[in-house]
Amino acid sequence: MNHDAYCNEHIAGILNSVRTIAVVGASANVARPSYFVAKYLIAKGYTVHPVNPGQAGNEILGRPVYASLADLPEPVDMVDVFRGSDAVPGVTDAILAMEPLPKVVWMQLTVRHDESAARLEERGITVVMNRCPKIEYARLSGEIGWNGVNSSVLSSRRPELRSGYQSFGIRR
Amino acid sequence: MSQRVPGFETLAIHAGAQPDPATGARITPIYQTTSYVFNDTDHAASLFGLQAFGNIYTRIMNPTQAVLEERLAALEGGTAALAVASGHAAQLIVLHTLMSSGDNFVSARQLYGGSINQFGHSFKNFGWEVRWADAKDPDSFAGQIDDRTKAIFVESFANPAGFVTDIAALAKVAHDAGLPLIVDNTMATPYLLRPIEHGADIVVHSLTKFLGGHGNSMGGVIVDGGTFDWSASDKYPMLSRPREEYGGIVLHETFGNFGFAIACRVLGLRDLGPAIAPMNAFLILNGIETLPLRMQRHCDNALVVARHLTGHDKVDWVEYSGLPDHPNHALLQRYSPNGAGAVFTFGLKGGYEAGVRFVEGLEIVSHLANIGDTRTLVIHPASTTHRQLTDEQREAAGAGNNVVRLSIGIENAPDIIADIDQALAKA
Repeated sequence: MNHDAYCNEHIAGILNSVRTIAVVGASANVARPSYFVAKYLIAKGYTVHPVNPGQAGNEILGRPVYASLADLPEPVDMVDVFRGSDAVPGVTDAILAMEPLPKVVWMQLTVRHDESAARLEERGITVVMNRCPKIEYARLSGEIGWNGVNSSVLSSRRPELRSGYQSFGIRR
Repeated sequence: MSQRVPGFETLAIHAGAQPDPATGARITPIYQTTSYVFNDTDHAASLFGLQAFGNIYTRIMNPTQAVLEERLAALEGGTAALAVASGHAAQLIVLHTLMSSGDNFVSARQLYGGSINQFGHSFKNFGWEVRWADAKDPDSFAGQIDDRTKAIFVESFANPAGFVTDIAALAKVAHDAGLPLIVDNTMATPYLLRPIEHGADIVVHSLTKFLGGHGNSMGGVIVDGGTFDWSASDKYPMLSRPREEYGGIVLHETFGNFGFAIACRVLGLRDLGPAIAPMNAFLILNGIETLPLRMQRHCDNALVVARHLTGHDKVDWVEYSGLPDHPNHALLQRYSPNGAGAVFTFGLKGGYEAGVRFVEGLEIVSHLANIGDTRTLVIHPASTTHRQLTDEQREAAGAGNNVVRLSIGIENAPDIIADIDQALAKA
């Protein structure tokens, strides 16, 4: 798997197939990117479980926070890693101990650890690194263009409308 | 698994423009509205808190404008863009995002006269100092940089003589000093030259010129190259420090490689206010669809006219880097192999008076203060755009008393030459 470039169909396929996401490193601080991303994913209909030992027992965005992946109340389709690259091997150990395994492990912008990715892929897990699911969702749906950001997507097809004003989905 | 990269001509037509989701309209509609209904208070809070993408108020963003922005970001190879009311507004907002009172920036002195005024006079009121350097000598910039310097500014093809700037050399000077390079790419357009590919960090344009291309709408744009690390030093606190008015978010951290464009929008445009009209955004978008065709014709016609003038007995000299014996021709071939643009200058043997007689004697070519129209345009800078400058400043800017500037249009080239010849006969 080439982790320097992903094609749009690959990323769209992931975001259109996963429903339940554990966010490792979710912050309770409303000014932090991990809070923004979790809020956006919830607004797009995903079930989000925040994981943060410092906030365990509290709520973030109205969801209970779990101390570790082992404490999650249900299997998840994807683990979104909001930790520095040096923390990834430890998170990988915790992911590989999950039962069942998640289908996807997604590491945020600037987070990349090729050795861990190889361990996860060996177990059949799809790995995305150095990307943000919020940015990718907004890019592939076309929402990101509303704020002048280059989506790098050209399309003559109808945008996928979600309920309410100003909410696109990703075309299937 | 890599993504196909579309060609420039395809991007000029498609980038940013999906069909309208409500109606299927294929052409981007003119969203002539000031504001946008929220789903609920939480949606409103998400938009105001920069937690969701979307529209709030047309002073900050508008769906027609957004298509224009994404298209320009794509054409320049940038991460994001912000369209504003004019090229001057773009320059104001870029520097407002980078500078505080007491700071300075180093600019090439070979600039559009309006920029020389803006930088040298109006910006003084903000406590922003411009330090002039010579675009032909990249080392002259390095000597002007001190610990309060925030940016280097140049034009890709410098107005009015069309001098080609060595962007890669200037980018090295800027980056060695930890500064971003800002390039005004109005005269070249991204069809001929994409400054970000040569190391520029920020590109600005007057969209009023070749991008709109039809002389009907004012506009400007800021393109974020996504290349500069705003957090590497403490020089750019609007990007690298928490913003109180947005609940403490750090714009560079939150928006990454498009953080500069977002900062220009949510701080500069929001608070200074020079928004582009949706109608103008629409007209400029229509113009951009034919930019590759128009720009090539502009270049081809300009070369024919420049060659004709070179042999004319009323003409002292022609300065067009598209001519093979021009001292700038090697740089042109490196940076802009498809052509040297539409704008060039020539000197009349009869001096200032001949310049005035020439512009007043033209029948089809229009005497006005603009460039980049489908029509051929002419101006005598010394008596118009560069009138407020001293003789010395005019000479330095390539706009001396005998200089005439042409912006060659896309008409039939022999017709352009016939009109110029009859006016030269009277000059």
